[in-house]
Amino acid sequence: MRQGYEGIVVAAPVTVPYERYSIHGAHGWIGRALHGLLRAAGLKPADLDGACLSSFTLGADTAVGLTQHFGLSPRWLDHIPMGGAAGVVALRRAARAVQAGDARIVACAAGDTNAPDSFRHTVAGFSRFAIDASVPYGSGGPNAAFALLTDAYMRHTGITRADFGRICVAQRANARQFPHALLRQPLSLDQYLSARMVSDPIALFDCVMPCAGAEAVLVMHEATARDLGLAYAHLRGAIERHNAYPEDPVQLRGGWAMDCAELYAQAATTPAGIGLLQTYDDYPVIIALQLEGLGFCAPGEAKDFIRAHDLRLEGDFPHNSSGGQLSAGQAGAAGGYIGLTDAVRQLIRTPLGPQIPGLQRALVSGFGMINYDRGLCSGAVILEAA
Amino acid sequence: MIPPRRPRNPTLLPQAALAPPALRSRQATGLAVAAAQGRFMLQVCDDCGRTCYPPREACNVCLCANLRWRDVPTGGVVSAQTTVRISMDPYFRPRTPWRVGTVRLDCGPDAVVHLHASLAPGDRTRLTLKLDKAGQGVIFALPPSDTPDMPTDQALRETTCDPRGRRVLVTDGRTPFGQDLARTLIAAGAEVFLGLAAPWHPFPGQDSLPGTPVTLDLTDSRSTEICAAAIAGRVDIIVNNAGDFRPGHPGLDDARLAMETTYLAAARLAKYFLPALQARGGDGPYAACAWVNVLSIAGLVPDPAYPSASAAHAAALAQIQALRPSLRPLKLITAFVGPLDDQWHQALPPPKVSPAQLASAVLTALRNGQEDIAVGDLARHTLALWHDNAAITLRR
Repeated sequence: MRQGYEGIVVAAPVTVPYERYSIHGAHGWIGRALHGLLRAAGLKPADLDGACLSSFTLGADTAVGLTQHFGLSPRWLDHIPMGGAAGVVALRRAARAVQAGDARIVACAAGDTNAPDSFRHTVAGFSRFAIDASVPYGSGGPNAAFALLTDAYMRHTGITRADFGRICVAQRANARQFPHALLRQPLSLDQYLSARMVSDPIALFDCVMPCAGAEAVLVMHEATARDLGLAYAHLRGAIERHNAYPEDPVQLRGGWAMDCAELYAQAATTPAGIGLLQTYDDYPVIIALQLEGLGFCAPGEAKDFIRAHDLRLEGDFPHNSSGGQLSAGQAGAAGGYIGLTDAVRQLIRTPLGPQIPGLQRALVSGFGMINYDRGLCSGAVILEAA
Repeated sequence: MIPPRRPRNPTLLPQAALAPPALRSRQATGLAVAAAQGRFMLQVCDDCGRTCYPPREACNVCLCANLRWRDVPTGGVVSAQTTVRISMDPYFRPRTPWRVGTVRLDCGPDAVVHLHASLAPGDRTRLTLKLDKAGQGVIFALPPSDTPDMPTDQALRETTCDPRGRRVLVTDGRTPFGQDLARTLIAAGAEVFLGLAAPWHPFPGQDSLPGTPVTLDLTDSRSTEICAAAIAGRVDIIVNNAGDFRPGHPGLDDARLAMETTYLAAARLAKYFLPALQARGGDGPYAACAWVNVLSIAGLVPDPAYPSASAAHAAALAQIQALRPSLRPLKLITAFVGPLDDQWHQALPPPKVSPAQLASAVLTALRNGQEDIAVGDLARHTLALWHDNAAITLRR
């Protein structure tokens, strides 16, 4: 049994309100997030002796260039290019650095900018395999890649578009109570079902809206947080897996199933003990894979689970409390943090919308990087209220 | 279905001559090499036998770097499908809906493919490598056997140059080779302009010429310019069969003549004709699409008996390779010929290339969209030697 995460906490959740298009670079968005951390925690820049950063739109820069850009001198630095798994993986890395004494306070942040046409460039140069073997095929971008996964999953499980629609409609209801969500108009199941097709069977409301934004948290020892007077949530368990099940012809499962027993064992809980599930929601089919891979239902039975539960904040199975990327927007790598920051807010009782009453544990799941025909990174953490 | 060709509205701009994304890794360019030859080749690991895709630098089973391009089985099963209705890419955008699928290949890997309209998940498919309008190799999933509608599949047609309904210029109609090319293309549904240098000079077959004769002397810039001004805006395919094959060790004047009739002739076509073709390279199902050059295989592997011709054809070949990226989305087809059965090759024994052989090979290359073909046993053999080891082949 590997070492647990005893004594490690997450504090100071920061969301820099998203914008559809921004005239500022990713550096500016990440800078605002770090500044938000300092203000939330009452720290000076020199107090951040560790940093763990993610972005797709830094141009030639990595986390290294950002240290000089922001005048930081951390003794521990990580750059995590894992998109939708960035938040989960950052927590793991940062927690170990703090446990080992390599850093005292680690700022974990992700941010991206968005300008008209910048998303197309990100997609067109996403990875070598994408450049060589998927971008030249219709250039549907992620819509087409996830459409292929969705098509295969629908055939395999019998899930319907209406089932996916229930997820999207519930998230929109959550977003309407989340002040930073970009998409807040009411969404009905009829509207979802009658939306125009983008890449069959993916239609308009299955797609996230690219935007600019940033998210950040601090990772430290519980004692440090107490000294600083910060509210915090415990990190109880964490897993990650890359390129799981490479022999599957089409991705019908992510890597969670390989490790989730260990995740629940570390956190001494079960799926029934999770009061808030934050999945990576680009696109709805990936939510189904997470429900199955994380043990909330058996493989192929996400459709029954979705039909049996109310996924809204006030429902019996609160899911994606901020409306997720489907309604709040996808701010690049910050999409890998959106569930994390809002879960921490719920656990420390500082929600931006309604509080989930009596919430004890949240599971935050990450998924990322359609390198070619499938998402390669999966991971999850369990956080617990102090 | 492809509608029959209609006169285009001259007040409308032609659809822009765009190409799909052209960026590739060096390894992925191997797909284009195979596609240009009409072969289905992927990287196979020398150590463990695994077939790898997408192209890479190391085997994803045993991690060894000994990957070699080999012909692999073309079968597969469709695992997923989609129809892209909104594309971010300026080339695909006006061409949607565009079918894309995932296929599990019989030889192992999974591939994202251009999916033929008749295929659905669970179906058996036959995979083929084609050159897209960017000149890159892409995988098409086709029905297991040819169907009548296949030549008219719009996506597939983007990778081919079927002469049916198109206008073709054959540059040298003074020889039986040019006249047979014209006859074959007409029979395949093309309209043909037949170029004739010095038409007042008698030549065989002059009383029964196929197609529309046009005066064209590719050794003369003025003649080429006048001809281009008259017809370049209407030509969709150029088949350049003008070239010099004279044997022996000639004087400098002969060497110059070889360059004029081969290298500079192609240069004049590129200057006066090709811009007009390229501008119409995206203009619907009958877009201008190809520049075919008939070149001696001696341009690739020099023939000691034909030093001037070898040099002139090598120069033309180098020029075509250099122009390739700037002439996209046009296909630049090179038909390497062994000795033609003509006056220049009287001293050589068979096998030699007959006019009918050349015409049929060019037609097939156009229909398949292949850029690299060899015509005749000797050219095929020499090309195989060159592919095996160019350095050894050149030394011998």
